[in-house]
Amino acid sequence: MASSPYVIVDELTIDIRTANGVLHAVSNVSFELPQGEVLCIVGESGSGKSMTALGLMGLLPGMATRKAKRLVVEGRNLLAMSPLEKSDFLGNRMAMIFQEPMTSLNPCFTIGNQMVETIRRHRNISARDALTQASKWLEKVGIPSSAGRLDQYPHQLSGGLRQRVMIAMMLMCEPKLIIADEPTTALDVTVQAQILQLLSALQRELGLTMIFITHDLGVVSRIADRVAVMYAGQFVEYGATREVLKSAQHPYTRGLLKCLPVPGRSARGAHLGTIPGSVPSLTGDMSGCGFANRCEYVAPDCLTSTVPLADRENEHRVRCLFRPEELISGRTAAGATP
Amino acid sequence: MLKFLLQRIVLALAVALCVSMLTFGLLSGTIDPAIAIAGEDATAEKIQSLRVAFGYDKPFYVQYVNWLVNALQGDFGKSPYFGLDVRDLIADRMPVTIKLGALAILFAIGLGVPLGVVAAIYPNTWIDRLALSVAVLGQAIPNFWFSLLLIIILAVQLEIFPVSGATSASSYVMPMIVLGTNGIPSIMRLTRTGMLDTLSADFIRTAWAKGLRPRQVFFKHALRNALIPVVSVSAIQAAHMLGGSIVVESVFALHGLGMLAYESILRSDIPTMQAVILIFSGFFIIFSALSDIINAYLDPRIRVS
Repeated sequence: MASSPYVIVDELTIDIRTANGVLHAVSNVSFELPQGEVLCIVGESGSGKSMTALGLMGLLPGMATRKAKRLVVEGRNLLAMSPLEKSDFLGNRMAMIFQEPMTSLNPCFTIGNQMVETIRRHRNISARDALTQASKWLEKVGIPSSAGRLDQYPHQLSGGLRQRVMIAMMLMCEPKLIIADEPTTALDVTVQAQILQLLSALQRELGLTMIFITHDLGVVSRIADRVAVMYAGQFVEYGATREVLKSAQHPYTRGLLKCLPVPGRSARGAHLGTIPGSVPSLTGDMSGCGFANRCEYVAPDCLTSTVPLADRENEHRVRCLFRPEELISGRTAAGATP
Repeated sequence: MLKFLLQRIVLALAVALCVSMLTFGLLSGTIDPAIAIAGEDATAEKIQSLRVAFGYDKPFYVQYVNWLVNALQGDFGKSPYFGLDVRDLIADRMPVTIKLGALAILFAIGLGVPLGVVAAIYPNTWIDRLALSVAVLGQAIPNFWFSLLLIIILAVQLEIFPVSGATSASSYVMPMIVLGTNGIPSIMRLTRTGMLDTLSADFIRTAWAKGLRPRQVFFKHALRNALIPVVSVSAIQAAHMLGGSIVVESVFALHGLGMLAYESILRSDIPTMQAVILIFSGFFIIFSALSDIINAYLDPRIRVS
């Protein structure tokens, strides 16, 4: 057990039936994650990163179907679980923190009620012990005077506090795997930093394995051991955080990094980088490289051949036909025309 | 919460006052009670003397204030047709209507809510379609026709229930079914819509992510939120059933308020009409206030600021 990865995702594919045909939200996503490590999945809206998370949790909406060769967490095969086994596992061994703290808690029940029901679902303890646990966990996520808080309703709390409650509620059964889907996106900037710090501290303290989904590359360097860059439902670059940030090889990752302001290096008044165009439609048949229509280095081969996620040195994987030094702009007339 | 309750009660009283003023005005303006009492062949002098005797010659506002002062003391006048105090008449008829109304609304909620929940949990399946058919039928079948159908099948042919009257508890079964069926469609469809909306809410996904059992997710987390609009509609339905059972009470010969309303209108019995209409509107006022209070209990966003 100790040697095998804690999380194994092997060719996860998620299709969504829509009025315009089948949408390939996630295509053949594979990764392995050792216990105690943090994987950041980065990508823009619609890249399939949230779907990957929901797919792993088995919480996809009704019109989505999940296929995979293997989905293993803690040695348990998620694909073979009955609904009851799955509900025993969720919230207990693996849990998820959602993007929208404003709507992710039930407005009709108190914080205490919603926390107590979680722990009593998975542990055989009395209501009073459950309440003690709940206030202990609220203190752990930095909510003081928590006894009174337990009787409050979600609408009485700020967004930051609600997200703290959500974190406490999801951690109180001490799951070993946490999937956090843009947990700070909906919050004020000052609160974002606090929540990120809290999650990062808890992750280290409790030895959590974490899959952290974000569109913010700035977050990645602060918490991630590994990073996967997602585009059009596929991993386009995957590797150790240092490796990917220092020597990004995929044109999309390089473009994303250029969009970030670098203190001291970006000239005052200079334009930040942008990637022209938008994410391609994911419905219907997709051939060629998903990024080809926005790539300034696009070559004729990019439009026709299937591009594999190829291994490069240092366990770095890149889905591009070319190595960085081979990228030449303006290879086709179609290149980077918006 | 106390402030909310007080506000609700003051508002309810204000509405009741307006209703009494309106009915009084409308009735006095359209029917000459003196003619109604005297009968069609009476002489002009006879009518005039009756008018003076009953105070119908006084200005409208004087009549209204007199009536209101008496009504506030529980005196709704005497019914010219029945020859009884309106108060006693109503006390006599009220229990029948309340029993029927309560049974009917319980029947409607008891069938409508579960049907709606099941339809929402299995949307677009045969269960959902069956529930929809029940709703459409319940909405479309006229009360009097459905009553007759039940009488023919259950009372005349199978002899399970008595044809009419209120002699035993079983007399209420068929009227309850007819009156209740009318309320099922809106309650059921609203429960279904509410459940479907709620089931796609973020906090339901949270509940699944916590590993809660389907029972907890559907009946604790989803139903509580889905019921909020259902409460308002059920309250209005309940008021309808208490005040609008004229057809059903007539068909099944139940001597309730609906029947009394029908009789008093037929005889131009103004004091009785006035009292009955006031009571019917009172049902609406009480039930809408009640639904606000129940919703405040269900939804802490109303209750706790």
